[in-house]
Amino acid sequence: MQLQATNSPFSQEQADLLNQLLPALNDAQKIWLSGYLAAAASAQASAPAAVPSATSPAAAPASKEVTILYGSQSGNGHGISKKAAKMLEEKGFHVTLSSMSDFKTNQLKKVEQLLVVVSTHGEGEPPDNAISFHEFLHSKRAPRLEGVKYSVLSLGDSSYEQYCQTGKEFDARLEALGATRFHDRVDCDVDFEEPTKAWLEGVLARLTEAQGGGGSAAAPVTAPAVAGPVAPSAPAVESAYSRTNPFEAEVLANINLNGRGSNKETRHLELSLEGSGLVYKPGDALGIYPHNDPELVDLLLAETKWDPQAEVVINKQGDKRPLREALIEYLEVTVLTKALLEKLAPLATNPDLAQLTAAGNEAAVKAYVKGRDLLDFVRDYGPLQGTAQDAVSHLRKIPVRLYSIASSQTANPDEVHLTIGAVRYDAFGRARKGVCSTQTAERLEVGDKIAVYVQPNNHFKLPEDPNTPIIMVGPGTGIAPFRSFMQEREETGAQGPSWLFFGDQHFTTDFLYQTEWQRWIKDGVLTRMDVAFSRDTDEKVYVQHRMRQHSKELYEWLDKGAVFYVCGDMKNMAKDVHQTLAEIISAEGGKSLEEAEAYLAEMKKSHRYQRDVY
Amino acid sequence: MANTKLSAPGGNPSDVERIKRESNFLRGTLAASMLEPLSAGISDDDNRLMKFHGSYLQDDRDLRNEGQEQKLEPANQFMLRVRMPGGVAQPGQWLVMDELARKYGNGTLKLTTRQTFQMHGILKWNMKKTIQSIHQSLLDTIAACGGVNRDVMCNPNPYQSDIHAEVYEWSKRLSNDLLPRTRAYHELWLDEEMVASTPEQDVYEPMYGPLYLPRKFKIGIAVPPSNDIDVFSQDLGFIAIVENGKLAGFNIAIGGGMGMSHGDKETYPQLAKVIGYCKPEQIYDVAEKIITIQRDYGNRSQRKNARFKYTVDRLGLENVKAELESRLGWTLEAAKPYHFNDNGDRYGWVQGVGDKWHFTMFVQGGRIADYDGFELMTGLREIAKVHTGDFRLTANQNLIIADVTPQKKEEITELLGRYGLIDVQQYSGLRRSSMACVALPTCGLAMAEAERYLPVLIDKIEGILDENGLRNEEITIRMTGCPNGCARHALSEIGFIGKAPGKYNMYLGAAFDGSRLSKMYRENIGEEEILRELGILLTRYAKERNSGEHFGDFVIRAGVIAATTDGTNFHD
Repeated sequence: MQLQATNSPFSQEQADLLNQLLPALNDAQKIWLSGYLAAAASAQASAPAAVPSATSPAAAPASKEVTILYGSQSGNGHGISKKAAKMLEEKGFHVTLSSMSDFKTNQLKKVEQLLVVVSTHGEGEPPDNAISFHEFLHSKRAPRLEGVKYSVLSLGDSSYEQYCQTGKEFDARLEALGATRFHDRVDCDVDFEEPTKAWLEGVLARLTEAQGGGGSAAAPVTAPAVAGPVAPSAPAVESAYSRTNPFEAEVLANINLNGRGSNKETRHLELSLEGSGLVYKPGDALGIYPHNDPELVDLLLAETKWDPQAEVVINKQGDKRPLREALIEYLEVTVLTKALLEKLAPLATNPDLAQLTAAGNEAAVKAYVKGRDLLDFVRDYGPLQGTAQDAVSHLRKIPVRLYSIASSQTANPDEVHLTIGAVRYDAFGRARKGVCSTQTAERLEVGDKIAVYVQPNNHFKLPEDPNTPIIMVGPGTGIAPFRSFMQEREETGAQGPSWLFFGDQHFTTDFLYQTEWQRWIKDGVLTRMDVAFSRDTDEKVYVQHRMRQHSKELYEWLDKGAVFYVCGDMKNMAKDVHQTLAEIISAEGGKSLEEAEAYLAEMKKSHRYQRDVY
Repeated sequence: MANTKLSAPGGNPSDVERIKRESNFLRGTLAASMLEPLSAGISDDDNRLMKFHGSYLQDDRDLRNEGQEQKLEPANQFMLRVRMPGGVAQPGQWLVMDELARKYGNGTLKLTTRQTFQMHGILKWNMKKTIQSIHQSLLDTIAACGGVNRDVMCNPNPYQSDIHAEVYEWSKRLSNDLLPRTRAYHELWLDEEMVASTPEQDVYEPMYGPLYLPRKFKIGIAVPPSNDIDVFSQDLGFIAIVENGKLAGFNIAIGGGMGMSHGDKETYPQLAKVIGYCKPEQIYDVAEKIITIQRDYGNRSQRKNARFKYTVDRLGLENVKAELESRLGWTLEAAKPYHFNDNGDRYGWVQGVGDKWHFTMFVQGGRIADYDGFELMTGLREIAKVHTGDFRLTANQNLIIADVTPQKKEEITELLGRYGLIDVQQYSGLRRSSMACVALPTCGLAMAEAERYLPVLIDKIEGILDENGLRNEEITIRMTGCPNGCARHALSEIGFIGKAPGKYNMYLGAAFDGSRLSKMYRENIGEEEILRELGILLTRYAKERNSGEHFGDFVIRAGVIAATTDGTNFHD
């Protein structure tokens, strides 16, 4: 966008100078400059704002203050928010960026322009760092927000029933509290880049309009007052690789961690990051662009009788690929959603489908799509009319898979390790396979390459103070980030005590990374470890039982300021662990269960209770 | 008490001596080790002590390499050996072993070459439950391994049940009375309260003392004409002398043992030598005094020279006899004449005294398991459910279903038939006379396969036998995965000791009745060469043997190999 006197606070002369300068700047320079100006501005906080006098008050009527609140589990929401902040600051806005959990709710009323970026988890639940804010907003304590203008970006996955539910709730609730929606909410599916970009452009346009357009309001430009702008992050050299430009990482090792006779297959994958410039910290995740199982695609092609070589369009840009390649490498075929079923319905020839999709049958449709895939649909309601293109146009891009990183870059500078559980089960008369996990288990060999990028997760981090005790609960593949933690603490010589709870089915075959934990215990890097193997004994024993067995010591650790981490299954494990933790705090701390929950809420707020659950 | 003329070898005590000394009578840190949750193993020190409790840590060697890559510790598991003097088990005890093997073990039972049950594959956290169940069945695992007197062997004699009953009682008595006295076993496994104050050591272990014996000590009782228990392979052997159908007493033989080390001629298998005769009621005294001689003069510095046989050879047989008589306070009578026919088992039904029947069945490699199309374990379980007599484990890893009443005989015969357990006739004489130790994958000492390979090798040798009309000829063949010789290879007409995967030393020339050791014929050879050598030798044997001449005698007469006249010339 070209700066002009009409769309910026600058005189035409200044705008021309800036127009010459800005395109010549690289990213690092832009970041430096924005930081420099922000710092200069806050240094003069008490002085009148050094706003160029040429700025016509009439040309900048609305506030330049924008608050961005995000609620994010995997880090996507955080990433988008940072990007939005950077973009707005480049346009001269003053941005306050905060996670919902860090935001002081008594400041909410003072916010003038609010952007909400929030994801949805599980059955329509808010992410961990949005729970308290979500609760606050829906409680009686929530203030009226007549002066607030807002827009919501919601992130989700359309294969879930409660798609983007949390975003929808924030959107509706803010409106109900009297706030004004200045730009319509955008719901993003797993392939969120394009809709996010559209939302950001729309938001920017509306905000800029409010600044310059029409001259309706006459508010003077105010100097940055309370919240300081986002400090420029250390201008580290950023990697050329990102979610939109993934790095082709070479496989260095791919090992099954489960011994013979195990019910499970857990792959330990080591990838080379050499030359990528990718940087990660313990707790971060790695995104993988997986491919579909060629066998499944071939079954689908056989069923549909589509020509595997026929060129099909695979994206909005109009790129084309042969159908088979498109189905293996680009398009999702393993998840059937209500939306997809509705889009494909007109192509289906089977009269039974009309019966299924008849009005009032929503529950039946919901039940049908659950756990089924495109091949099921084609077999049940095919053949499909029209061309392959008619059908595949409705398919989503294969969603990225995120895995908690199992290594420390301090310990392995050019590598990243993952712990991936192969998902295999039978359903509806056919063997089903997890896309990325079985690609890893069955079709990824040493020397092969796979597209990856680093997904930072700032909500799952080792404490800054290396002396802080940590308690880690990570059964199954939930162990991954804790291997990263231990590698990091060993490498940096951190002295803080550490306590790990691990569990799986069988001791002899499923004790993931057993010899490494034994060594860390022996060397004192790991202070103590308790294990629960559920199928070795008559009564099933899980990590929460081990926690309860040591409840007194566990509470002592918490009392001494230990940070409590949970990684792994959300539905059962994380819930049970939370419940047990609350009970331990209640019993050992002499608190009611409500007080224990408040204690945990406070721990969450002070980042002493962190979860990476899925 | 110590004789001034005799002395123990010098040198620093071995590390095992330190472990015993520091163990507080075999406790060590076992209680804590068994509860440590991050490893299924225990420390080396504790594992040494574990042996005295009838068990030791092993790992599945088939999984070693892959497990290491998988970041898993070795597939640690315990072998548990039952103390069962004379190899006699009641049907209820059989059923308990069967259940434990399936519940906590690897689903099989091993009948050992010393007449007892061995279970493999028991995980650390199941050990206590397993031992408690064994205890409830009125058996135990005390001193089934370790540097103490081991389980006492005894001929299971199905022919003379009354003699057997009497000899069996003596073997039980020896086994029980020679047990360590420490309560460590009861505290560790049976939840007995620990004794508050440690009693004086001589009260605690009056015979063994706090250091127990330098090495294992084995006792066996043979009843001629059967030398099935290989009485000359024992540290202390008793040969029952039956006069007028009654047990008169025992000849005493001392200083036998099979173990040796590859490449070390200071180690060798040796036969026990008969030094005299005692009355039945003197048997405990003799055993106790022999054990104390070994306690006082055995080598506690070099473990591979610590067995009693080396003590006897070093001190001299006559000196040991004199020391024994001095400790006894009386003089041994002269040995009585005896005669052995063989060291194997006779198969099928025989009628004992009274109207009781006994069925001896061949168990290949002593392994009780269910195989594809051959449900040996299930069949024996079904028999145990209806059997009213007892089971007797033979020293050749076989099984006698003993004391079957005529009424039950039909039912048991039917079960034997139903499960295909009666078809020993189909086996060659060689296979019926075969024995193999466990070796791979669980034995940590094995250098080559034994139990898993010998049957395959015999399949191939049977071709040679058939060509030469020797299928029914009884020739003893034994294979052992390492030179320690659990399968008593040195008393076998054809013997093998593992050297490396697929490679064996081959031994020939032992006597069919267990009275002469073998000698090495070929070193470090593989299957092809084994078959070539046996092809030549068995063909010659078929053609050139004298009537009734056994293969072990033939190879000596034919000059194939020199006779080993004493353990000390085994390597010559």
